[in-house]
Order: sequence, then C-alpha cells, then structure tokens
Amino acid sequence: MLPDSLRQHATALSVEAFDGDAITGGNCDRGELTIEIAAPKIGSVCGFLKFDQGFARLSTVTAVDRYPAEPRFEVVYHLHSVEHNRRVRLKCRVSGTEPAIDSVTSVWRSANWYEREVFDLFGIQFRNHPNLKRIMMPDDWEGHPLRKDYPVTGSRV
Amino acid sequence: MGDQPNPQQTVAVAEEEKPRTGSRRMVLNMGPQHPSTHGVLRLVLELDGEIIVKCEPELGYLHTGIEKEFEVKNYQQAVTLTDRVDYLAPLSNNLGYCLAVEKLLGLEIPPKAQWMRVMLTELTRLNSHLVWLGTHALDIGAMTVFLYCFREREDILRIFEMFSGQRMMTSYFRIGGLALDPPRGWHERVKKFIDTFPSRVDEYENLLTSNRIWMGRTQGVGRISLEDMLDLGVTGPMLRAAGLKIDARKDEPYSSYEKFDFEVPVRTENDVFARYLVRLEEMRQSAKIVRQAMDGMPEGPWKADDQHVVLPDREKMKTQMEALIYHFKIVTEGFRVPAGEVYQVIESPRGELGFYAVSDGTAHPFRVHMRTPSFGNLQATSVMVEGTLIADVIAAIGSMDFVLGDTDR
Repeated sequence: MLPDSLRQHATALSVEAFDGDAITGGNCDRGELTIEIAAPKIGSVCGFLKFDQGFARLSTVTAVDRYPAEPRFEVVYHLHSVEHNRRVRLKCRVSGTEPAIDSVTSVWRSANWYEREVFDLFGIQFRNHPNLKRIMMPDDWEGHPLRKDYPVTGSRV
Repeated sequence: MGDQPNPQQTVAVAEEEKPRTGSRRMVLNMGPQHPSTHGVLRLVLELDGEIIVKCEPELGYLHTGIEKEFEVKNYQQAVTLTDRVDYLAPLSNNLGYCLAVEKLLGLEIPPKAQWMRVMLTELTRLNSHLVWLGTHALDIGAMTVFLYCFREREDILRIFEMFSGQRMMTSYFRIGGLALDPPRGWHERVKKFIDTFPSRVDEYENLLTSNRIWMGRTQGVGRISLEDMLDLGVTGPMLRAAGLKIDARKDEPYSSYEKFDFEVPVRTENDVFARYLVRLEEMRQSAKIVRQAMDGMPEGPWKADDQHVVLPDREKMKTQMEALIYHFKIVTEGFRVPAGEVYQVIESPRGELGFYAVSDGTAHPFRVHMRTPSFGNLQATSVMVEGTLIADVIAAIGSMDFVLGDTDR
C-alpha cells in the first residue's frame, strides 16, 4: 500500500499503478523519496522504473544492517533519471537467516559490482547474479565485515 | 588508430580455428603493480595476438574498510576518513560528507563558508585534473607535460597548506562550516595563482592538442557508447565527452553553485581525445569559478550558528560558562544527529560522488556508504577495451581517470 503522504509524487504513483502489492511503505524525508518494495518484486519494479519511467541509471546498491532487529537487512537502491533529473530510493527488507534477494543485473549491468560488494561485505546472496564472488576482501576471507556483529578491531584466534 | 576490430568477430574467428590450431589465447596480468594503473589495479587480459578478447578487472587491493570505520567515529571525526578515499580530491570528499550530515541536521551554512567551500573545491578539481593530465600524458609518452602540471599542482597544494596546515589530507571542511578562519593573505595568494593559471592551460594545449603523436594515440581510441556508459554506471567527464550535458553542480546545485556563472563543456567525439578536451575546458571553467568566489567572497561568519554542533569561539569559552560546557560536550561526546537517511550527490572531478548517510539518532553514523565515481567508471573497462589493441589499453584506462583508493575504499 502506498502511504497517503506519497500521493503527490509521480514516481510513487506510477509504481502503485504498475503493481500496488509491491509497495510495502515509504516516505519523503528531507526532500528525498523512499519507496519500500517487497523483496520478491524488486526485479519487476526496477525493470518498470528503468524502461517505463526513464530511470536509466542505477547510482548505487548498498545495504544497512539493523541487527538484532528482524528482518535484519535493508537492501537500498538509488535510482537516477537523467532525463527528468529525478532520484528515487528503493528499499527492500531481507531476513537475517539466509539473506537473499533477486539480482537486478539484468536491468542495469552496473548492478554487477555493487551487488558483489554487498554480497562480500554483508553476506547477502543475489539470485541469478552472473558472477557472485567477493570483490573487496580476499576470496578465502571468513565473515562479512560490514555486518554489525563483526568487530572493528581485533585479531583472529 | 584506424579501423577498430570487431570483438564478436574476433572471438568467433578464434573459436572457429580452435580445433585446428589449439587455443591461440594468452592470459596477461596487467598489474597489480603496473606503472600506468596508478594504484593497485589488476587487469586480467585474455589476448588473441594483440587483440584483447576478454578483460577482467580485479580490485580490492586498497580496501581499507573505511565504511566500517565510520561507524565507530563520531560525525565530526569521520571527516578525516573522507580525505583518504579519493586522495587526489580530498576537499571534494569532505564537502560531500559535510553536506550529507548537514542535510540530516538541517543546518544552514553561512554564505562565506559556502563561497570558501566552492573556491577550494574548484581548486581541488584543478589539482585532480592536473595530476590526471600529467600522468595520462606520461603514460602515452609525453614527459614534459607531467613536469609542468606538477609545477602548478604544487602551487595549489601550497594554498591548501596555507588554509589547513596540510598539503593533501586537508580535512578543512567541517560539519557546520570550516575548520579554521581563512588565513591572512589568502586572497593575494589565490589571486596570484589564478591570474597565471589560464595561460598555463594554453601551454599544455600547445604541447598536446595539435601534437600528431598525441592525436594518433588518443583519437578514435577508447570508444564506448553512451547507452553502455549509463547502463554501466559511468559518470562525469566521460559522459560529457559523449555529448551528455550532465553535471550535478548545475542539475542538483549544492553549496550555492547556482549563484556562479560557468559552462559545462560537452564534446561529442566520445574518445580519449574528447575526454582530454573536456577536462581541459573544465579547468578553465573551474578557474573562472575560483575567481568569482574570490572576488565575491561575502563577509560574515565562517561557521554555522548552532551551539550544539559547532565549537564555540575561544574568546567566549574564556568568559561564558555555557560556551565552555558546549565545548566539553561536543569534544567528548560529539553531537547527536536526528534519525533519518540522506543521499547527497556532488560533482567530484571524476563524476558523481554520493554519500548515503543513515543516522539512528546517536552521535555516531549508523551507516555511511560512499558511491564513488571511480568504482562506477572502472566497471566499464571491460566493455571499453574488449576487441581493441593492447597498446590502447593504457590510453583508454587513463582517460577514465580513476583513483584506486576511491574504488576500493
């Protein structure tokens, strides 16, 4: 359901018209539009926003760890429409047990490295990603450094 | 130069001949220690003769966990981390981060600090472009330009040193304004530099623009379509050299950029040479902005009027109990930032630099993600160089102007 506060935003309304069930929430805070999307729907919503709404660029994909809350992770997408000079943030909540979400690499190729980075540093799996392996840390690294339960300092014993 | 080989065709021919000749391919590691990768980047190149069939960039050698480090610093301390991301444009990073946190705080920055920020960020752009031009030309074989560029860069670094005490890791922008009062005599110093600088750009142009070797090495090299670039996350001068007029300073103005008069240079050739021309013109435009900021510098305070965030003046601390208490609180605990999240974009010398900052209402950032331009640009390497000659790789990746610290964070 689209929150009433977002009814004056064209992008939010278009997503609702495309698939009303996909929206789980959202807000417009400090002039920035955030739409929360149900995780299984992320691929189709991104495809719609790119090909129908002109969001040609995916600025970045990242995640936020809300440990110990559940669902633990938020996967955050920043989209940019050069044509309309407009930005939107999409957010999906993903559970902490075996976190996984569909990859959007088939929509934007730039998602490739960003998703690899999120996989590497947060341990979130991206389904149907063409090359899901670590990008920053060594291949044999254990753990995912940007998780909140991963220590900042200390040595391995 | 000349006809670009068609990658699909090359691959098809190699596959066809495989049963007869065996694999003709050779795998070559360029880097991680290669003089022209400017940092530690490794390109795994699969070659068929001199033609690149496949290119896979390997990164992460300079990963230092800066995003993790943000979470244990307080907001003001974290400014120093941003210097170390893109070490050729420290003040651009400072600005992006400060603007993001100021947006979270809803803090109004006085005009003098904004103008000063614009002036110094544009000097940073000059600094970064000078290093790019010098090293890029050096890679392609023009030694002289490098020496000239570093002569001018030295002047800029001295100006930074005058302002902040540091040549490179300046941390001069702070949340709420500047770190220090601008030093006495800064105006003359900047004026002296900016009066001569445009003639120096002409000097570089004399050495390169109609130089036959330079043209031969750069024209028609490193082509990649605009659609590919947008899809692969490329930003900045690369897009502008492909005919797309995109610049966050114009499209999403920050720090009073809308009050400055400058042009966004655009070319349509979309090759290494066009990127070179775009960046040279950007230097001229930046010099113009520096001059406007310098001449029109407003009077007034250089830090915001918010006692919860900005440290009080020394004088007040000696006479007012309240100022002393705020000073103690800010230094020991930092300041609390209202919960929320922002994505602040600025135009760094390399393209779109975005800071995604999430606050949970405490004095430490809950999460800071940097959308760095080098990371986005580097992702296009494979598409750009596959099917071209190995000799053109150096020119092509040089024209992307990435910094590995910026890529790996």
